[in-house]
Amino acid sequence: MRKNYELEKRKYVICGFIIIIALIYSIRLFDLQINDAKYKKSADSNAFLKKTVYPSRGLIYDRKGELVVYNQPAYDVMLIPRDVQPFDTIDFCNTLNITREQLDKRFSDMRTSAGYSSYTPQRLISQLSAEDYGRLQEKLYRFPGFFIQKRILRQYNHSTAANVLGNIREASSEDIKRDPYYAAGDYTGDLGVEKSYEEYLRGVKGVEILIRDARGRIQGRYEDGAADIEPVSGRDLKLSLDIKLQEYAESLMAGKRGAVVAIEPETGEILCMVSTPSYDPKLLVGRQRGKNYSMLVQDETWPLFDRALMGAYPPGSTFKPTQGLIFLQENIIDLNTTYPCSHGYINGGLRVGCHGHASPLPLKPALQTSCNAYFCWGFKAMIDKRSKYGSSAKAFEIWKNHLVSMGYGYKLGVDLPSESRGFIPNAKFYDKFYKEGRWSANTIISVAIGQGEILATPLQIANLSATIANRGWFITPHVVKEIQDTVMPEDMLHRRYPTVESKYYADVAEGMRMAVTGGTCRLAALRDIAVAGKTGTAQNPHGKDHSAFMGFAPFENPKIAVAVYVENGGWGATYGVPIGSLVMEKYLTDTIAPERKYLEDRMLNSSIIYNVPGKK
Amino acid sequence: MSRGRSNDAASTFRNLDWFTVAIYVVMVIAGMVSIYAASYDFDNASMFSYDEFSGKQLRWIGLSLLLGLVILLIDARMYETYAFPIYIAVLLLLLITPFVAHDIKGSRSWISLGPMSLQPAEFAKFATALALAKLFSGYHFVLNARFSNYVRAILIIILPIILILAQNETGSALTFMALFFVLYREGMSGLVLFAALFAVVIFVVAVKFTETMVLGIPSGEFAVLVMIALVVLSMTVIYNKRADVSRNILLWFAGSGVVLWALNLSGVEIPGQPVVLGIIAVACVYLAIEALRSHRPRLFIPVATAIMSVVFLFSVNFAFDHLQPHQQKRILVALGIVEDLRDAGYNVNQSKIAIGSGGLLGKGFLNGTQTKLKYVPEQHTDFIFCTIGEEEGFVGSLAVAMLFLGLILRVISIGERQPTTFGRVYAYCVASYFIFHFCINIGMVIGLCPVIGIPLPFFSYGGSSLWGFTILLFILLKIDASRKSVLL
Repeated sequence: MRKNYELEKRKYVICGFIIIIALIYSIRLFDLQINDAKYKKSADSNAFLKKTVYPSRGLIYDRKGELVVYNQPAYDVMLIPRDVQPFDTIDFCNTLNITREQLDKRFSDMRTSAGYSSYTPQRLISQLSAEDYGRLQEKLYRFPGFFIQKRILRQYNHSTAANVLGNIREASSEDIKRDPYYAAGDYTGDLGVEKSYEEYLRGVKGVEILIRDARGRIQGRYEDGAADIEPVSGRDLKLSLDIKLQEYAESLMAGKRGAVVAIEPETGEILCMVSTPSYDPKLLVGRQRGKNYSMLVQDETWPLFDRALMGAYPPGSTFKPTQGLIFLQENIIDLNTTYPCSHGYINGGLRVGCHGHASPLPLKPALQTSCNAYFCWGFKAMIDKRSKYGSSAKAFEIWKNHLVSMGYGYKLGVDLPSESRGFIPNAKFYDKFYKEGRWSANTIISVAIGQGEILATPLQIANLSATIANRGWFITPHVVKEIQDTVMPEDMLHRRYPTVESKYYADVAEGMRMAVTGGTCRLAALRDIAVAGKTGTAQNPHGKDHSAFMGFAPFENPKIAVAVYVENGGWGATYGVPIGSLVMEKYLTDTIAPERKYLEDRMLNSSIIYNVPGKK
Repeated sequence: MSRGRSNDAASTFRNLDWFTVAIYVVMVIAGMVSIYAASYDFDNASMFSYDEFSGKQLRWIGLSLLLGLVILLIDARMYETYAFPIYIAVLLLLLITPFVAHDIKGSRSWISLGPMSLQPAEFAKFATALALAKLFSGYHFVLNARFSNYVRAILIIILPIILILAQNETGSALTFMALFFVLYREGMSGLVLFAALFAVVIFVVAVKFTETMVLGIPSGEFAVLVMIALVVLSMTVIYNKRADVSRNILLWFAGSGVVLWALNLSGVEIPGQPVVLGIIAVACVYLAIEALRSHRPRLFIPVATAIMSVVFLFSVNFAFDHLQPHQQKRILVALGIVEDLRDAGYNVNQSKIAIGSGGLLGKGFLNGTQTKLKYVPEQHTDFIFCTIGEEEGFVGSLAVAMLFLGLILRVISIGERQPTTFGRVYAYCVASYFIFHFCINIGMVIGLCPVIGIPLPFFSYGGSSLWGFTILLFILLKIDASRKSVLL
């Protein structure tokens, strides 16, 4: 047999061919298996269905342990787009009581939402009713790719304190960007403690890893749940709020715009914090939330605006105690110093009116009668005392710093979002306004009586009341008393001492006591409890004067300090004093004395007619 | 011509190519383990349970070993002697199959024999190989001597293809095309293989790259034209000993290429198609003149190649453009150009995910999620390689690829050491089948080839395939073991 050596060489071509193919395949395998990580991810997303398990949100109790906010289950219809097979849309719509158009809209909304992926669970419809849930659950097997996700919604035992409690809403795309905790469709706190204590309330989401086969059927739990992450429930909150007192104060404020803040002086705990007009927190729950929320936003009385800590008002005469304190601290006056009042402060072509009372008079009677002239003279004596301070501007800076130390002009640091800082001008402000060196006490005299540029929140006014009640210190006001398994932040525990020495506070407190026993606050007097108070009647550019009151009780060992602010309520004694004293009486005695019932009825039933839009 | 062949079992086993037997045994065992992994369910069934694919495969393996033993005990001369009768018998079997077979997924290729079903197409492999070997071993048979030799060889190859196509088993039918490797080894011009390969390349490149434009023509078309120029140049070098002609062609292509490139960079609008075609045409005219002038007809080969390639290119484009959109899509999906994640594309995508997720060392035996959760279709048959890729990783899949490479190279070397044409041709037939199955099956699961449903020999589940390849291989082993008793 002869061999053809020319042809035998062709074995090299064939061997070369198969070696090259094997080489190409090896390179391809290397590329697929080692170079490219995406296949690993794809395999995991195929096989593992990561189901978020939502923790239950922390419950909210009031200071007496009464349950205020709790959870209710809601059911979202979820789907994984690539697992969805053609389904009977008519049946689906009928089951959920929606129209075909609504369904189509849901689908198109879902596809255009941020974070849409056909591989991950997407939310089609949120918050099914229990009946819809029941019906869908039975038929779910007909709709492959769909599943139901249990969620948690809030529910409220009382229709009160919406401004303090807040509510929950779906996390926005900004939230998701800001905090990696959130995923599309998660809830987050909005307003109130729901927002400020979000990180305590929300808990930690868990993950359940399920194994899913090619047809989307769940085959079991991955490693029998060993790799699952258990959700951690949110922490419960115990509010310092007395929900009964809150309800009562809200009822007294019915028909009036304004705020009531009550603080336990010894602890800084806020006992009630009312802002009216208010709204029922139940409005912002569930599927109606969006509609109701925009209704509240559009409401021209601004119910979402928490007047108690966002409203910056002229404090009016409730400001006078601060002046007395500063003048005493700065040695401008002593308790015997008297100033004349000729139905007002008349100096340098200025006249600040006052009402009839004895003249001249020292500090305590001046507080008792709320004498404008006294504090104007005192202010002038301090600001224009160049011998001591060098200039009005320097004196004014010292005056301002005292006020800041009392909690004015800056946020107090309450544990609620969106607190306003009010406004206390500094010397630069007037230098700019009047030119440097061209202003003196008389130029700005109205700040001495809490008018002019001065703005304060009802919370700051209540805090002043608490500071005087404590005779010279306060604790940052706060609405949360306890966080489950956590110590309260240090800020909410330690005493803050203003730059005015404590000894002067007793004198000012006495002046306020005299206002109740025989001055502007006589209506606040209670039979068995010594009350101290100070009215305020604040002029403002929005119409009738605002009616204000601040006070505390009992005079010795105070348990409650309160501030009331009623927009356009007229005299401090008209609304401020009755409401403030009723709140104190209710809190201290749990009842209203028969001889004061008429006052309660008047407050419950009176309303102020406003013809200007809400936000002051 | 041969006398005194000893056919005692002892000599057969002494001369047996144990290396091949070892590869065979390793593959079959690895195959069974893979089938067990691929069909493993959460219910923890036994590997040896008869109800499981792996259990059934074990029985097939046992019968295969028996079959192999029987083959080794039959006198090697019998295979040569009865080559044509065996071939004709199998053809008849293929002929009647569609009439007696049940329709399974549109294919009529399975014959039920009591409890088991067999696919005659798998047995046509060794029969056709025997027939082809027998034809070539004829007295003074030289393939290139007569045109009619080609007709006879191609007829032997084409008959089973036609009969298997009639059963709607396109994949199995295409397998026989691999036998053209044998014709090449036995003298068929390499130009035929080259032309076939080049046609496929032109088709794929022209159809695949139509998105971007170069010089105003689709980049795929441009690439094909450049390839044609390169082929013309290479052929000029190969088929012409005169260096000056090659040099002129090289200078012409390089020069015009540089000019085009420079013009393109400087922003001149060039009508790409006529210019590039013109450059090739000038080269062809020059080559034709040289061929006539210096009496070198072989210089017409590059000219003819260029003309045929260009014509083919434009007919592909023309034909493709005149197809219905859905037909275009089907072709594009089959070529893996368009991803269709629902039908054929779904399988390939999932199989790529399975293999790709294996990493270096794999997820471990029975830990593959893609295969366990049935994301990969046909995972115990045609897509068995996915299980290996996912669970044994790059190391495992590379090992399997190397096993096949080793087997194929070994079979070729066995072929080359045969003293008879019959043995050599038969060995090349065996190698060709393995080459085809290896290239297509693994190419398919790693997304390099269109999806053609053929099994991975010795790994895929199925008795017919296992038996078919066992018979194929053991006949070769027997012929090889007896080669020393052939007296020349």
